[in-house]
Amino acid sequence: MHGVVAICRKELADHFSSYRFVILFALIAMVSFITSYMAGLHLRESLEGVAKPKFVFLMLFNTRGALFSLVQFVAFFGPLIGIVLGFDAINKERAQGTLIKIMSQPIYRDAVINGKFLAGVVTISIMLIAITLVVSGFGLTIVGVVPGVEEVIRLFVYVLISIFYISFWLGLAILFSILFKSISTSALASVAVWIFLSFFVSLGASVLADSIAPVDRQRGVSPEVLVKNARIKETASLFSPMVLYSEASGIIIDPMRKTTRSIVMMGALEQLSLSRFQNPLPLGQSLVVVYPHVTALIAITLICFAISYLVFILQEIRT
Amino acid sequence: MGEKRIIETFDLTKYYNGQAAVHKLNLHVKEGEVFGFLGPNGSGKTTTLLMLLGLSSPSEGRALVCGLDPAKDSRKIKARVGYLPENVGFYTDLDAVQTLDFIADLNGIPADEAERRIQEVLELVGLKKEARKKVGAYSRGMKQRLGIAEVLIKNPSVLFLDELTLGLDPEGATKLVDLIAQLNQDKGMTVLLSSHNLYQVQRICNRVGIMINGKMVAQGSMEQLAEERLGIGDKEYSLEEIYLRYFQES
Repeated sequence: MHGVVAICRKELADHFSSYRFVILFALIAMVSFITSYMAGLHLRESLEGVAKPKFVFLMLFNTRGALFSLVQFVAFFGPLIGIVLGFDAINKERAQGTLIKIMSQPIYRDAVINGKFLAGVVTISIMLIAITLVVSGFGLTIVGVVPGVEEVIRLFVYVLISIFYISFWLGLAILFSILFKSISTSALASVAVWIFLSFFVSLGASVLADSIAPVDRQRGVSPEVLVKNARIKETASLFSPMVLYSEASGIIIDPMRKTTRSIVMMGALEQLSLSRFQNPLPLGQSLVVVYPHVTALIAITLICFAISYLVFILQEIRT
Repeated sequence: MGEKRIIETFDLTKYYNGQAAVHKLNLHVKEGEVFGFLGPNGSGKTTTLLMLLGLSSPSEGRALVCGLDPAKDSRKIKARVGYLPENVGFYTDLDAVQTLDFIADLNGIPADEAERRIQEVLELVGLKKEARKKVGAYSRGMKQRLGIAEVLIKNPSVLFLDELTLGLDPEGATKLVDLIAQLNQDKGMTVLLSSHNLYQVQRICNRVGIMINGKMVAQGSMEQLAEERLGIGDKEYSLEEIYLRYFQES
């Protein structure tokens, strides 16, 4: 165990003292500040003179500022944190000749990969918790609303889901750092997979749905075909970790959202009148709704790490 | 020097992609001796060292290091054996004390004990004055001395040194080899020294083994090998002459 702790401690020191981490953290903190500031101003204006609805505090995280909400920002740019922390985890050590030195110390072979992954997860957790706390404090002063217990729990669950989501990308980046000797190749491969899974899967899902259940809007289409098309699109989109995460975090942060699979189409007036009679979903129910998504996120994170672990353990050591 | 065998291999073999990197190696090193492990590049010396540490598993045969099987007790062996790889790497943003502290941590040495040992080994390798300088600013010779300090921090009974003097100037190489000889004499450490520097090997080694194309072609004291190949066991000879004779015949 001392091997894992020693390597984790060393990695943490490396992460926190590296320019790479400082720049990334500063960038994310800056965007978070701007987003929450814009969202806070928007909320303050909207709530002026009206009775404050429930869960106003959570709106700080899912209200769109100028371009996107904080939740959307983490869904989109979160993977970069994982990739930046892991793309050179093993191949850099190999290239600079320190891997063989570490391995020749009395530690288990898996201590290296366990220590590095653990340090990455701790760094991600510290980063997310810090940003959530700072944004909460910042929003508190702007909106002037104290969060309730359920809101705090929902935020905690959101941070947990986010940690798993970014850890998936960390695991993937570490896997590439084991598979590829070149640091630039592993970075490029990680970014390529990020782009593919985040953007092209949704595109592919639409193509797949349209080829299986074509929707011809000119001629009109039966509701069955429309539903089938939407279901195929939704199911195929779930292959993207970003979609899994966005749906899970969206439900947790927004108690008014009750399902991830809504295909009901309504006009603006219908939506407005319906919302008057809606109550927020209790936390337990929200958790039930996102359970499959969260389980899938945890599973892909663990599978990704397990593959990295196996590849590293089975790889032949040569100087 | 005792009679107890601290390293022993029995038909140790390693194949890479069907090619034998080490072929039926039978080697023994006695406790307290300095054994010179010679051979051209790619002859299987480093592969043998990795197998002896349990970092690479043999395709056939087995080995014993300090009475332990590397395939089963790799961690115990690594606690007793200090290994300095060829072209050892360092974290250039750390200083010598931080580097040694990390190695001590990996060895599970308690902090106060580690602090004492760090000062001790830095004194021994002559890096005390440069202890707080970043390793990135070290010369090749200083890095090799720091490498020795890393190896010594765990207080090993056996040293595996792979190309210890590679890239060093003659004076630096001599100082380093003298340090190894001193460690062997003062602390009774067994040393397995893989090197191309035949002059230095001849200076400090009790016995040598010559590996060519994965096979051990000769093993014994220099007098024995000189007698065997040159027929001049009691006259003046150089290890280089012996080595070249074996190399040409192979």
